[in-house]
Amino acid sequence: MMSVLAIEVPYWGQSLLRVLGGLVAVLLPAGTIVYVFLFKMMSFMQSRLGPMEAGPYGSMQLFAEVGKWLQKEDIQPDNADKRIFRMAPIVVLMSTFLLVAVVPFGPDAWFTDFETGVFYALAVSSISVLGILMAGWSSANKYSLLGGLRAAGQLIAYELPMVLAVVGVVIQAGTMNLQQIVLAQNAGSIFGSDIVGNPYVLTQFVGFVVFMIAVQAELTQAPFDMPIAESELVSGYMTEYSGFRFLIFFIGEFATAGVFAMIASTLFLGGWGIPFSWFGWTDMDSVANWMNVAGPLIVFTKMMVLVFLIMWIRFSSPRFREDQLQRFAWKVLIPVSLANIMVTAVLKVAF
Amino acid sequence: MTILNDPVNAKLGDRAQLSYIASQAADARLNVELETEGMTLNIGPQHPATHGTLRIIARLDGEQVLWAEPSCGYMHRGYEKLTEVRSFPQVTSLINRIDWLGSFANEVPFILAAENLMGVEAPPRAQWIRTILFELSRIANVSLFLGDLGVQLGAITPVFIAFRDREYVLNLIESATGGRFHPNFDRIGGLKDDLPAGWVDETKVVMKKLRNFCDEIEALLFGNEIFQSRTRGIGVIPRDVAMQYGLSGANLRASGVDWDLRRDQDSPMAWNKVDFKVWTHPDGDSFARCWVRLQETREATKIVDQLLDGIPAGPVMAKVPKIIKVPEGEAWVSTENPLGEMGYYVVSRGDSGPFRVKIRSASFNNISITPWLLRGVYVPDIITILASLYFILGDIDR
Repeated sequence: MMSVLAIEVPYWGQSLLRVLGGLVAVLLPAGTIVYVFLFKMMSFMQSRLGPMEAGPYGSMQLFAEVGKWLQKEDIQPDNADKRIFRMAPIVVLMSTFLLVAVVPFGPDAWFTDFETGVFYALAVSSISVLGILMAGWSSANKYSLLGGLRAAGQLIAYELPMVLAVVGVVIQAGTMNLQQIVLAQNAGSIFGSDIVGNPYVLTQFVGFVVFMIAVQAELTQAPFDMPIAESELVSGYMTEYSGFRFLIFFIGEFATAGVFAMIASTLFLGGWGIPFSWFGWTDMDSVANWMNVAGPLIVFTKMMVLVFLIMWIRFSSPRFREDQLQRFAWKVLIPVSLANIMVTAVLKVAF
Repeated sequence: MTILNDPVNAKLGDRAQLSYIASQAADARLNVELETEGMTLNIGPQHPATHGTLRIIARLDGEQVLWAEPSCGYMHRGYEKLTEVRSFPQVTSLINRIDWLGSFANEVPFILAAENLMGVEAPPRAQWIRTILFELSRIANVSLFLGDLGVQLGAITPVFIAFRDREYVLNLIESATGGRFHPNFDRIGGLKDDLPAGWVDETKVVMKKLRNFCDEIEALLFGNEIFQSRTRGIGVIPRDVAMQYGLSGANLRASGVDWDLRRDQDSPMAWNKVDFKVWTHPDGDSFARCWVRLQETREATKIVDQLLDGIPAGPVMAKVPKIIKVPEGEAWVSTENPLGEMGYYVVSRGDSGPFRVKIRSASFNNISITPWLLRGVYVPDIITILASLYFILGDIDR
């Protein structure tokens, strides 16, 4: 039994609180902050101001956009497979929601403490492929179909390097539990020096680069945005969507970027933790309680850094062609990540 | 089936039939070999990549194009016919809108043709200013191409840089002519007005900015490896094919043909007074076409710089009667416009307006190569090729 404000909460209550917490405390701010940050950043890179009217410096832009999209007519094409068409955006968003469930935000602030958290995260992240394929096929539009099929091919190809990149982290941490991975990074040491702990971005740098490239492709951001490819396929699998359903795709894209960045920061940047040696902590139990408050902020900070990286590449590079993309995945990323696993395993045994 | 043996000389209806036969054959081949159904994709008339209403009918096998054909005419405004009910000075406001990005350049060949018929020659000062404005509209046109190229290939940032720096050129054109997009400034016998005070110095500053812009785009886009892998070797037009299809402008020069009307033609304009290089590229692929355009923008800024230094003094208007009547006769004048060779064949019957005008616009001929070029490429390459051929819809449909 957990107690909230000295009231004993039953198990179903805890679950409800966690779901609401996940929605309100994590996804909404993540989406909003990522969205506004992204628009401002994009604008400054493109020598313009970006949103300025909605709220101070356009900080309320997301709400304005949501209001706008909600007012639009919900159009479903006559030939569309209506039920699938309506389900598709929800499936895409679902994978984002499921993904956030395993991200730890502090020593006690987590939604689920899952023994195979990494495995789970990688598994549910690929559910979005189904949604995209459903959207592409059910729209009864040739552009949507091309976009959906491109997305399926791309997301399956990049699933593999992503998994292989994470294997290096799992070998080094010796666990698949994300909380334990955070602990291993912050309580660890590099060659006996624990001044910055052991964030895997340093020791698993190759894995980090491969992982971020794969994330870029999973999110279908430029240079891997062929499923959407607005100059070729109009809007890819989203072409026929309007109003609320389009909004789900649209916001889902940014929220997923945020959530993937959280996963990456947990795996490679030390997650909610700061190097334990700074405060003399040694294990999870000795971590001070205030980290439950500071932890989410630290995760958000690290997330923003990674989102910045993702979006920076997005705004500055042209798009690959699909055959080039597949070649890149199978001939470069997978061999590199396999070599990374081998080297990691050998070094793990050696040290 | 005589038309199959001699497709080039077949009549128009026969050619439609021929392309239908070709499509059927392609379908049949596809179904026999792979037992899959092909897909006919209509790219356009409303599509983000066609910047207007060009329609490309593409027969696809997966992502590969079996055959493709452009279908134009969705934006036909009938300018050739409209000129017949306008007087000569009124025509310039119409033909401004043919290639709307480099609109001043459209006026020049028509005015030169009318001057030819009337036996009038504009004073040297007018010719120099005409040439400067012509090159400015080339810069305004091609700088947008350089930005738009990025968008077509998925990079959204260059277009903002292009719009930012193109604005300087448009401001110059506006301050000299009064119109940003449609100057309507060229007159038979000269120009409407002289240059405003301080314009020359301002233009020199802007030309420096534009050269910086070219460097920036070259670093941002042309040096990008993804950009190169998307454009190099894509849509290769060999020298002979380019000449057979009547390509002109940068598309022709990118195939290695050293042909530029500014240099190769005797024209009253001031191009023969300045020293400039005609850039060519041996490859003939999409990258070559983009690269030649980039170099031409640089070259245009240098032409403008040289012309600014030596604008002769004097009037900007020759002695021309108030009511213009063009004597009977026929004239053909073409110039090297931003998109390629643009010419007007003007027939006059001695009235105040032309009897008949035939407009040869560059884009119409340039896109005629697309069926040849698009065969066998992938869908993303359609966009690359169309972007690198660079057409303006108004220039295709007139």
